[in-house]
Amino acid sequence: MSQAARNLAESEGNLIVLAGVPLLADPRGGLYWHEHGLLAVADLHLEKGSSFAARGQLLPPYDTASTLARLSHLIADYRPRCVVALGDSFHDGGGPARLGDDDREGLRSMQRGREWIWLTGNHDPEPADGIGGTFTDSLTLGPLTFRHLPSDTPGEVSGHLHPVARISHRGRAVSRRCFAADKTRMVMPAFGAFTGGLNVRDAAFADLFGTLAFTAHLLGDGRLYSFAAKRCLPD
Amino acid sequence: MRKHMTSMEPARDLFDTTPQLPEIFARWFAGRGWQPRAHQLELLAKANAGRSALLIAPTGGGKTLAGFLPTLVELSERGIRPRNLKSTGRALMRSQGLHTLYISPLKALAVDIARNLEIPVHEMGLPVRIETRTGDTPASKRQRQRRDPPDILLTTPEQLALLLASADAPYMFGTLKRVILDELHSLITSKRGDLLSLGLARLFVLAPRLATIGLSATVAEPEELCRFLVPQPPRGEAHADLVTAQAGAQPIVTMLDTEEHLPWAGHSARHALGEIYAHIKTHKTTLVFVNTRSQAEFLFQELWRANDDNLAIALHHGSLDVAQRRRVEDAMANGKLRAVVCTSSLDLGVDWGDVDLVINVGAPKGCSRLLQRIGRSNHRLDEPSEAVLVPANRFEVLECRAAIDAVAENAQDTPPLRTGALDVLAQHILGRACGEPFIADELYAEICSAAPYATLTRADFDATVDFVATGGYALKAYERFAKIRLGKDGRWRITHPRVAQRYRMNVGTIVEADMIKVRLVRSRRSGAVVPRGGRLLGEVEEYFIETLRVGDTFVFAGEILKYEALVEDEVYVSRSDATDPKVPAYEGGKFPLSTYLAARVRALLAKPDAWRALPDQVREWLEIQQWRSMLPKAGDLLVETFPRAAKYYLVCYPFEGRLAHQTLGMLLTRRLERARLRPLGFVANEYALAVWGLGDVALRIARGDLSLAQLFDEDMLGDDLEEWLAESALMKRTFRSCAIIAGLIEKRFPGEEKSRRQLTISTDLVYDVLRKHQPDHILLRAARADAATGLLDIKRLGEMLSRIRGRIVHKALDHVSPLSVPVLLEIGRETVYGEASDMLLAEAADELIKEAMR
Repeated sequence: MSQAARNLAESEGNLIVLAGVPLLADPRGGLYWHEHGLLAVADLHLEKGSSFAARGQLLPPYDTASTLARLSHLIADYRPRCVVALGDSFHDGGGPARLGDDDREGLRSMQRGREWIWLTGNHDPEPADGIGGTFTDSLTLGPLTFRHLPSDTPGEVSGHLHPVARISHRGRAVSRRCFAADKTRMVMPAFGAFTGGLNVRDAAFADLFGTLAFTAHLLGDGRLYSFAAKRCLPD
Repeated sequence: MRKHMTSMEPARDLFDTTPQLPEIFARWFAGRGWQPRAHQLELLAKANAGRSALLIAPTGGGKTLAGFLPTLVELSERGIRPRNLKSTGRALMRSQGLHTLYISPLKALAVDIARNLEIPVHEMGLPVRIETRTGDTPASKRQRQRRDPPDILLTTPEQLALLLASADAPYMFGTLKRVILDELHSLITSKRGDLLSLGLARLFVLAPRLATIGLSATVAEPEELCRFLVPQPPRGEAHADLVTAQAGAQPIVTMLDTEEHLPWAGHSARHALGEIYAHIKTHKTTLVFVNTRSQAEFLFQELWRANDDNLAIALHHGSLDVAQRRRVEDAMANGKLRAVVCTSSLDLGVDWGDVDLVINVGAPKGCSRLLQRIGRSNHRLDEPSEAVLVPANRFEVLECRAAIDAVAENAQDTPPLRTGALDVLAQHILGRACGEPFIADELYAEICSAAPYATLTRADFDATVDFVATGGYALKAYERFAKIRLGKDGRWRITHPRVAQRYRMNVGTIVEADMIKVRLVRSRRSGAVVPRGGRLLGEVEEYFIETLRVGDTFVFAGEILKYEALVEDEVYVSRSDATDPKVPAYEGGKFPLSTYLAARVRALLAKPDAWRALPDQVREWLEIQQWRSMLPKAGDLLVETFPRAAKYYLVCYPFEGRLAHQTLGMLLTRRLERARLRPLGFVANEYALAVWGLGDVALRIARGDLSLAQLFDEDMLGDDLEEWLAESALMKRTFRSCAIIAGLIEKRFPGEEKSRRQLTISTDLVYDVLRKHQPDHILLRAARADAATGLLDIKRLGEMLSRIRGRIVHKALDHVSPLSVPVLLEIGRETVYGEASDMLLAEAADELIKEAMR
C-alpha cells in the first residue's frame, strides 16, 4: 500500500464496517478489503461517450481514458491482488469492441499480475472478448457478497443505483456521489466519468434498506463526509 | 391599441401632400388627419433608391409604419400588373413570391404588428397578403407558406433559421426584396443576434436584390448597427444609411425625495412604499419597473398590503404563465389597470399609449436602459415623458443621480456589437447542411459577410465544421458516426434525414435554466395525497426549488406559497398564511451596472461640490466618510482595511458590478490564502467587495511583506483564474448553454420528450472530462468567450485591473468605514466563498458533531 493509501486507511472516517468486516471506502470511489487485497469498483460504464455518439450525440470520446486513469491511480495506491468490477463495466454490449487501442492496452497493463473479475450487469449481461479477466454473476467471500443488482442478501456490496446525496447548508446545496450503507449492506458509488446519479432519498434506497436508517458517505476531496440519509435532501 | 402603426401628429395642412408619396397613400394619411413624418419619407426615398437603412427613432415616432411604408408602396404599384399564375397541381394560385420579411424579437410583437398592418392595407384596399409564422403556427399553414408564400411574412429569428434549413429555401427567398428588423438594438446584444446575422448573410446570397431596414431605439454606436444591416466586404467595412428621427420632448426625470430613512443596503425599497403608492394614486396609469423577479414579487405584495383604495395593480414578469401575462397586457391595453409592477419583461415591444408615469425602483444600471424604460410612457412626442427614480439604498442614490445627469445629456451606453459566438456558428453550419449541401469555401465567405463574424478566421471556421461533423476531437474516434460528411462533389451534406429532424427540434439560442412548473393545490392534511391538476402559476428555475424543503414558503405569482411536493416535473404549492416568506432568490434580469454609469458614479463621489444635488442623508454619509476615511479620486481604487470582531476586513470599491466583483472575490481569496492570510469569506455588491479573514492585511502591508499592487495585479487572470474555472459552477453553467446551442447535448428528441432525463448527460461531467483531455476544444473556447462577458464578467474585471494599476489608495482604519457599511450588511445574505463545496460539507458535518455533543 502506498503512503497515500495508508493515510486514508488511518483515517477512521473512511472506514465502513459491513457485516463485521472493516472496509476502506476510498473518497475517490473505490472500496478496499485489506484482508483479501481486494479492490472493488462499480459501474464504470466504459465507452458511454461512444455509445451516445452512435446515437447521434457526439460526446467527448475521453470518458474511457479518464475512468481508466482514475482506476489506475487506485490500483497503484493499493496494489490489490484482485480487482472486482461490479457490473455495468461497459455502457453497452458493443462497448468492448469499440474500446480504443490505447485504452485496451491500459486495461491490459492494469490486469497484469492480478486477478480481475468482471461481474455481469444489466448493461453488460454477456461475457465479452478482448478485455481479459474472468466473468461471473456474483462473488461471495466470507460474510460478503459482491454483485451488480442489490438484493436482500445480508453482507451485500452492490452497484447499479449510482447513489448521490444532496446536502444543503447556509442556503446552498451540494450534491455528491456517495457510498450508501448500513451495517449489513452497501451500495457503491458509480465510478465512470460519465455516470450520473440517483438521489439516496429515492424510493429505491428506502426499499433496499427498509427505512431511511442508513448513512450516505459523500465523496470529498481526500475524505468522506458522512450524513444520515434523513439529513440528505430529496431531489 | 398596441404598437401604434401610425404617426399621431395632426395634419397641419391637408393639401400639403408630398410628391414622394403615391396618391392613394397621401389620401389615406390625410383621411386620418395625419401627415407623413420627415423620417418616414426619408426612409422611403432610401428604399426607392435600393439602399439599406437604419432608422433610429424614439418610441411613438411612427417607427413601424416607417419601416413598412416602402414595402406597401411597392406592393401597391405591383398590384396593377397582371398576376403571376402558378399551378399547384389542383388549382391556380396567385403568387409573386415573398416580398418582405419582418423579424421581431418577440412572437407576440410579430402577431400584433401583423394585426395592425392590416388596417392601412384594408383601408387603402391594397392587394397585399400578410401572414405570421411563429412556433404556434399550425403545421398545415407552415407547409402552405413554403409552397405559396405571402407578400409579407412576420416572424422571429428562430423561425428564419428553420426556414433557411430546408431544401426549398432558395425558392422561398429568391424573390425577397426587403427584410425589416425591429427592435434591432435589443436583438444584437445576444446570441440571437448572432443567429440572425448568419440568417441575414444567407438571405443576401439567396436574394441578390435584397435591402434591409433596421428599426432601433437610440444607441451609443449607430454605425455598428449600420454594419449589421449589410453584407461586409472581405476588406474594410460597409454600412447601411442612417436615418434619424427627430427626438421627442426631453423627459422629466426626478429622484424620489423620500421623507423616510434611506436604507443602508438591500433592494426592497420598502421605505418608499407609501410614496410609490401615492404616485400611483395621482396618475392615470403607472408602470413600476424593478430589476429582478423577486423584487417584483415583493413590491407587488407590499403594494397590495397598502392598497386601501383597491386600485387595480397587476404583476408582470417572465416567469409567470404566458396566459397570465397576456391577461395583464390586455387589461393594460384596455385601460383597466392603474399600475403594473414589472421587470424587463416589458422593456420591449408592446406599447401602451395611456401610461403617464414610469417609476423605476432600484438602480437604473444604465442610462440607455433607463431611457428605453422611460420611453414606455406617454407616446405623444411633443409632451415630455415623466419618470420617478426610487433608489432602494444609499449607493443607489448615487447611481440614480448619475443616471439623471446622463439622461439630461442624452448620453447612451448600449453595449458594443458582439463578436459572433462559435456555438451559434456550429448550429448554423448544421442548419445549412440540413438545407442544401454546402461548399466550405462559399460558406466561409458568406459567414464572414455577417458583421459579427467578419473577423472569423478560416481555422476557426474549419474547426467548427469539424465539430459539427464528428465532434471536433483530437482523438478521431467518431468518423463513422458523423452528422455531416464531405462528398466527392466537394459539398458537405447530412448523413441521415434524422440529423435534420433533430436539428429542427433543437434550433435556437435561448437556453433557460431548467424550469419547473409551479402548480397551485390545496394544502395537504397529514398523510393525505397531494391532489393533482390545480391552476398553473408559472415556472421557476429548478435550482431554486432544489434549495427548498417541503414546508418552506416563498413568494411567487403575487402570493405567499408553501412548497408541498415535487411531482415529476412540477412543483406543487399551496396558499400559505405565513407572513415572513422565504423570498425567491431566482434571478431574472440581473444586469450589471454599465461601465459608463459606473464612471459617472466614481466621478460624482470624487467631487464634493456635486453632492449638493444629493439628499441630505446621503450627503452627510459621504461627509462622514471623508472625515473618517476618504473618498478616492475618480480614477483611483480605494482599499480600506480594518479589524472587527476578531477578524480583519479588506473592502475595495471598484464599481464594476456584482458579477465582476464576485470573480475578483474568488481570485483575491485564492491569493490571500497563498499569502497565509487565512481568508474566511467575501461578499460583493454592485459597488464594492469585502473580504475578511484571520490574518491582518494592514499589518502585513505595514511590515512591507505584502503589496496591494501585487495583490491586485492583472496576472491573477492567468493561473489563478484557470484553476478556479476548473471547478466554478458558473463556468459549468456557461459551458452547458454552449453545449446545448452547439448541438452537443440535445434537449429534445423526436417522440421522446418524457425520458429526457435518462437521455441527457450531465454537462458538468462532460466539462470535466473535456477540460482535462482537450482544453482547447472549440466548445471550451466558446464557453470562455461567454465567461468573459457573461456570468463571470472577466473582461470587465481585466479592464478594471489595468485601469487601477498604480492608482490603489490604501487606508488603514481602526474600525468600519461609513462607505463599507452597505456591502458589509450584505454578509449572510450574499456570502459566496469558494465554489469548492467541500468546505460547505465539512462545515455541515462539523455542525452535526456539535449538535451531537451538546
